[in-house]
Amino acid sequence: MRLRSGFGLLALAAAAIAVAFLVLPVVAIFADVSPGRLLDALGEESAREALWLSLRTTLISIAIVVVVGTPAAYLLGLRRFRGRALVLTAIELPLVMPPAVAGIALLAALGPHGILGGWVEDAGLELVFQTAGVVVALVFVSAPFFLRQAIAAFAALDPRQLEAARTLGAGQFRTFATVAVPSARPGLAAGLALAWGRALGEFGATLLFAGSLEGVTQTAPLAIFSEFSRPGGFVSALALSAALILVSALILIGVKLLGADRAVETGPREEWR
Amino acid sequence: MSAPGPLRVEVGIPLREFDLALALEVEAGECLAVAGPSGAGKTTLLRIAAGLLRPVAGRVAIGEEVWLDTAAGRELPTERRRCGVVFQDYALFPHFSAWRNVAYGMDGQRRERRRRAQELLERFGIAALADASPASLSGGERQRVALARALAAEPRVLLLDEPLAALDPDSRRDALRQLHGLLAELSIPVLLVTHSYDEAAPLAERVAVIDRGCVVQAGTAAEISARPASPFVADFAGAAVLYGEATLEPGGLTLVRLRGGGEVRSTDEASGAVAISVFPWEISLQAPGAETENSMLNRLGGEVDSLTPVGNRVRVGISTPQPLGTEVTARSAEAMGLRPGSLVVAAWKATATRLIPLTETSRG
Repeated sequence: MRLRSGFGLLALAAAAIAVAFLVLPVVAIFADVSPGRLLDALGEESAREALWLSLRTTLISIAIVVVVGTPAAYLLGLRRFRGRALVLTAIELPLVMPPAVAGIALLAALGPHGILGGWVEDAGLELVFQTAGVVVALVFVSAPFFLRQAIAAFAALDPRQLEAARTLGAGQFRTFATVAVPSARPGLAAGLALAWGRALGEFGATLLFAGSLEGVTQTAPLAIFSEFSRPGGFVSALALSAALILVSALILIGVKLLGADRAVETGPREEWR
Repeated sequence: MSAPGPLRVEVGIPLREFDLALALEVEAGECLAVAGPSGAGKTTLLRIAAGLLRPVAGRVAIGEEVWLDTAAGRELPTERRRCGVVFQDYALFPHFSAWRNVAYGMDGQRRERRRRAQELLERFGIAALADASPASLSGGERQRVALARALAAEPRVLLLDEPLAALDPDSRRDALRQLHGLLAELSIPVLLVTHSYDEAAPLAERVAVIDRGCVVQAGTAAEISARPASPFVADFAGAAVLYGEATLEPGGLTLVRLRGGGEVRSTDEASGAVAISVFPWEISLQAPGAETENSMLNRLGGEVDSLTPVGNRVRVGISTPQPLGTEVTARSAEAMGLRPGSLVVAAWKATATRLIPLTETSRG
């Protein structure tokens, strides 16, 4: 694209505004809090606890989403069946659902008076006001992000490659693990990054379903809100936010590296005739 | 490995416009080419043999081992058939290097698999590319990796789906030669499907020409060229096809009055409605009024209405009452000054004129 045209300059200005607007608040957080105060604020027991809880619960939920979601997406991506479009829409519904609604919906389903509440109780599970409840909320809101990307990635695979694997003696699972997943890896990694980001930022559903108990269900975003609501707590809210940004950025970078196309080692290539 | 015995495939499967109904047998060490136009059901046949598609009714067996028998409710999954397949676009695994593609179907330790993959790549002349990714390989190189991969798993049958179709003309010639050498060495049944008679003829011991789901003629390529069973087969094998009414003449020749005008003679005996087939290499193009060899009994004159260069040859379309297509070398086209509108005479011998009696059911 040529930049020295009327439209080129306009597009350049639009790009500059977009980048500035998205980066400015992030920079402001780090500008507002000195590294010393940031460390002080993070030294507080409650802040460390909230960050640690966020890390643990998101890791567990993402593991559940990937382990259950990958084979599920493989099936939904490859098979054509009646009602497939309906199933895909149902899966994506939590994407557009306001988080508070998601929390209410989870209570209605799994809460003490929910339709499966008795069953949850019989199974000896406690979710409301428990860390397990946080994991349930995170899985509910983040899974659609992963599933959507994973289904699209598997649907885009060349079915001939999967068939080739089977003619070479690979059973269904080996075909899935050694051909389908590596080929779909960029899409899976993108879904993983989105889902993890969504889980780290989860607020509404967790608050309504699991509550905001320090050390038990108060994840970093909930702790930020709690500090923010406390008179004089703005600085600790700021410090916690800065820490959360760093963690999110690290996860985003890590997952992007995972999804990047590794160049197959080629070695010096000789011309063959 | 013990001799695997013949591959037998019988299928009945309704396709969109016709039924695929075939029964084929390929001996161990033999290559059978199933040749036919696009949409004739060739790839479907191959997928059934490999177990990638289940027909409504069918039986697939290799020697005594039954892979599929719909009547008996028996079906062996693809991964247990040991059926090597080279797909039309090769379907290499893009995230594996060439040698890991080849080693995919092998058992054993990584080091051992690498050694054997390397050996196979060497046999195909691409050992130097063992670590290359499929995306960096040329079409011909990919085809060889695909062949090596299919053979690495020690298959009991080799299925080739249009193995040369994805190649440019130059690599196709090399690949054809190499494939020919390879097929001579193999002791398993090889089933090749192709839309090109020119590829089937040099590679296969026997050719089965299929059209709309049925075998219309089977035999050696030489037999089919010499005695095409129908106008479709003649046309598919590359001959020019004309239609007319035959009557026996005293003296042993058959006279055919062509639809639309003109007549030709043949040493074949026939009477009634016939199709005439003559191969382009039998036809000589001459300027009108030129002296001709006496043996070239058949002469049809007309205007050149198209000239299409094909490599070092030129395909010439002549506006005889029934259009006639033939080929000359680019040099002789030049020497004759051929251009659209030139008047020419196509001449060929009565002995090179095949007559195919047309029954009510024949296409034509």
